Amino acid sequence: MAFDVLVTICIAYVFLLFAVAFWADKRAEAGRMGWMRSPMVYTLSLSIYCTAWTFYGAVGYAARSGLEFVTIYLGPTLVMIGWWVVLRRLVRIGRTQRITSIADLISSRYGKSNLLGVLVTLLAVIGTTPYIALQLQSVTLSFAVFSQGAGDSDTLTQTAFLVAVGLALFTIVFGTRNLDANERHHGVVTAIAVEAVVKLIALLAVGVFVVFVVGGGAGATLEAIDASPISEWQARPARWTTLIFLSAVAFICLPRMFQVMVVENSDERHLATASWAFPLYLFLMSLFVIPIAVVGLSVLPEGSNPDLFVLTVPLEFDRNFLAMLAFLGGFSSATSMVIVAAIALSTMMSNHLVMPIWLSSRKGGATVSGDVRTVVIQARRVSIAAVLALGYLYYKFSGGGAALAAIGLISFTGVAQVFPALLGAIFWRGATRVGAVAGVSVGLAVWLWTSFLPSFGEAGILTAAVYSEGPFGIGILRPQALFGIEGMDPLVHSVFWSVLLNAGAFCLFSILSFPSPVERLQGATFINIFRYSESAPGWTGSVIDAEDLLMMSQRLLGTTEAQLLFESEAEKQGKEGFLPDVTPKFLERLERELAGSVGAATAHAMLAQITGGVTVSVEDLMKVADEAQQILEYSSQLEAKSKELERTARQLREANEKLVALSVQKDAFLSQISHELRTPMTSIRSFSEILMHGQSMGAEDRQRYSQIIHDETIRLTRLLDDLLDLSVLENGQVTLNERDDRLEAILDRAVSATDRPDVATEMLILRDRNLENVALFTDSDRLTQVFINLIANAQKYCDATRPELRISVSEIGGRQVVDFIDNGSGIPKEAQAVIFEKFSRVSDHRAAGGAGLGLAICREVMNRLDGSIAYLPGQGGAAFRVTLPQTRRAAAE
Amino acid sequence: MSRPPQPLFLARQSYRRRRLADAARLIPLLGTVLLLIPIFWSTGNSTSGGLVYVFVAWGGLIAVIGLLARALNDIANDPDQPDDPSDPEG
Repeated sequence: MAFDVLVTICIAYVFLLFAVAFWADKRAEAGRMGWMRSPMVYTLSLSIYCTAWTFYGAVGYAARSGLEFVTIYLGPTLVMIGWWVVLRRLVRIGRTQRITSIADLISSRYGKSNLLGVLVTLLAVIGTTPYIALQLQSVTLSFAVFSQGAGDSDTLTQTAFLVAVGLALFTIVFGTRNLDANERHHGVVTAIAVEAVVKLIALLAVGVFVVFVVGGGAGATLEAIDASPISEWQARPARWTTLIFLSAVAFICLPRMFQVMVVENSDERHLATASWAFPLYLFLMSLFVIPIAVVGLSVLPEGSNPDLFVLTVPLEFDRNFLAMLAFLGGFSSATSMVIVAAIALSTMMSNHLVMPIWLSSRKGGATVSGDVRTVVIQARRVSIAAVLALGYLYYKFSGGGAALAAIGLISFTGVAQVFPALLGAIFWRGATRVGAVAGVSVGLAVWLWTSFLPSFGEAGILTAAVYSEGPFGIGILRPQALFGIEGMDPLVHSVFWSVLLNAGAFCLFSILSFPSPVERLQGATFINIFRYSESAPGWTGSVIDAEDLLMMSQRLLGTTEAQLLFESEAEKQGKEGFLPDVTPKFLERLERELAGSVGAATAHAMLAQITGGVTVSVEDLMKVADEAQQILEYSSQLEAKSKELERTARQLREANEKLVALSVQKDAFLSQISHELRTPMTSIRSFSEILMHGQSMGAEDRQRYSQIIHDETIRLTRLLDDLLDLSVLENGQVTLNERDDRLEAILDRAVSATDRPDVATEMLILRDRNLENVALFTDSDRLTQVFINLIANAQKYCDATRPELRISVSEIGGRQVVDFIDNGSGIPKEAQAVIFEKFSRVSDHRAAGGAGLGLAICREVMNRLDGSIAYLPGQGGAAFRVTLPQTRRAAAE
Repeated sequence: MSRPPQPLFLARQSYRRRRLADAARLIPLLGTVLLLIPIFWSTGNSTSGGLVYVFVAWGGLIAVIGLLARALNDIANDPDQPDDPSDPEG
């Protein structure tokens, strides 16, 4: 087959994946999830376990070591059929605690320790880099099979480079589109599900071809297996057991597996389906491996690379289409692994390396201005590029030789070092931070010494003398014969010692050390996750201002999400507006939401900067103690009741406060309204008296006096008009004059109506006309009236030296909203509750000259129009949000 | 003609459910034992026989857990049934 055709098909396939990912992201954005949340897509996404190393390598493995290859699939099968014990717990913890990565889980459980987060991140990066290099190698080698002759090492390196760049691009585009609160990437997951189907079909097609076309049926194939050199294979008990254990552990601990299994999980019930469907997938993936290896060994010339049998066997029989399919299967395996691994690693790197450094580099951290989200997203993008660059460099400098093929299991052993700490995190309450740090560090060191460094070969970092004599002649530290025990298989040796010493250190130091209060609370929460799925409160929130918290959350979660969160919490507490009471419960919820974006440790640190630290009360500790369990269950019912009462009481209290304030305002108004009515009356009376009696008056004076009388009557009329307008609106007698209009036109009219060239410091009005292109079907005169009122208010009350008013339009929850935000000093909190009431005025100075009816009229108008108006706190100056009437479908567009 | 008398037992359904959860915990053990059998094979066993054994055992495990999956899901999502390991009756 022509190499160009291959490249063309390959590029077309990549475009298809881009299209699928893009389409899935769009669908998810529109909220039409449908089958994207089906258990099958979840199961297929787990298939990133089957990388190119398993797609191509399994056949090579079988050609070298017979049936042993199957252990790599048996371990994950055991984990999946045991989902009830471990995975269900992990997924529940991941969902309730908003876990973003395996490093986040470990760090969160052990007292939100960032040291542990960093350790696990480092381990994951060291363990995954060679694995990514391996994927690049397999893609380039499979290209080389087709290119025949063009496969010199320079072109290979170039191909690897192009593939790495392409993958980085894909991952950055679809992996960092948003800093989603729960870190799900629908586009990526859907693309991976497609790739999973492609690789399964590809391998099955080659298998069916080999067994039924070449081999002549199942029976004949089994005979051929016994006749081939593969049957010289014997089960080596130590390796068989170790490999099943290792693959099972790696299946849980690999960052990319944790990403798809726990972080991307959208429904716990999907696990039940995956528990049989994923083992079935693995079963089908490995069913034809031995037959392919047997046929490859018999038909291909001696010395051909068994790792490429999946490609070369169809080519040998001139089945180009089949070979093409196999190539796409291998390509899919490699790319899906790299994409997810890069996403998982970049999340870990940005949350555990970049964010802590960024936070500590800015004293006062969370409260300074600037959008934290862009920092996080940029950090992720850079991390993705860095991870792929590392993988490429490793590929380039390791020379892409056979040494790389062994790296799969070495990588598995590396990530397995997280396992003792992980298991302790979810099952053992006595596990402590000190123990986890000790265990992971010891494991990391032993793994580096016995597996990773030797993987570079005798000519690599360690000299031959170190292997035979030990470092500095210390015999018991020989990298492949620790403690002088010789003759073990190097892999078994490394797994055995690293995991044993790791677990030993973990247990010993956990027993000897004493946990901090936060660790104990987190430990109890994780272990009793099915008993009460909430973390124990650790915040005291009496002195914190909700507005500060809102400002911080806006920068991290985005303005809309943060406002929605605060609004819903306020509603839950029975309050109106955007500012809930800062209860420990709320702080805890907020911390969890933030943790979904930046990881537990960083979220905790950011909140601590505002709240001034954590206090763990005796009750909190009692809550986690088993002895208190009985009392707790009973008291939780009482608590629910008393909470209900508390909520009612709070509503009553608020209503009462409002009434009192209103009554005071009303008294003030009565005296004011009489004053307002009397002042013009008095001047009208006195000037008309002058006119009556002053015969000798000149024409000019008469003109002036009648002008004054005229002005005063206009003022009176306006006041009475406003009162009348309001009472008409309130009684619902108003008829709406609805018609089609555009928001931009309405705003234009409002702005020009309030244009006051006579004022010395004119207000600067900032608008984004692109967003204002919204069709409305409403009473646009009334709406204009509201806008005029808001703009005029800003002109009157904004006290900045260079007054500015920002009018921004956005869509929240399917409704169009218009925000009016000025840069003055805003409205004091105690006044925010009453500004929409009649006759209320924020300041007493009468320069503004209104009677305090404007906002009340606005509110009534918006109610009539099926919209609303509210004060928006935490924006710097005074800010009002007008929620526009729901646009009718027929009227739109 | 009479039915065999049923033993007196209340809350029969929830008892069954707890035992089902026990089964879910035991299956991985069963799987481990089945899949570790190959380490006892001596020389002379045919590879094709080994291949057939491994895949049959594997397929069997998939079938069993597949049958249990739906029932287990019902338990996991039933708020009235705490599936706590330290459940006094467990």
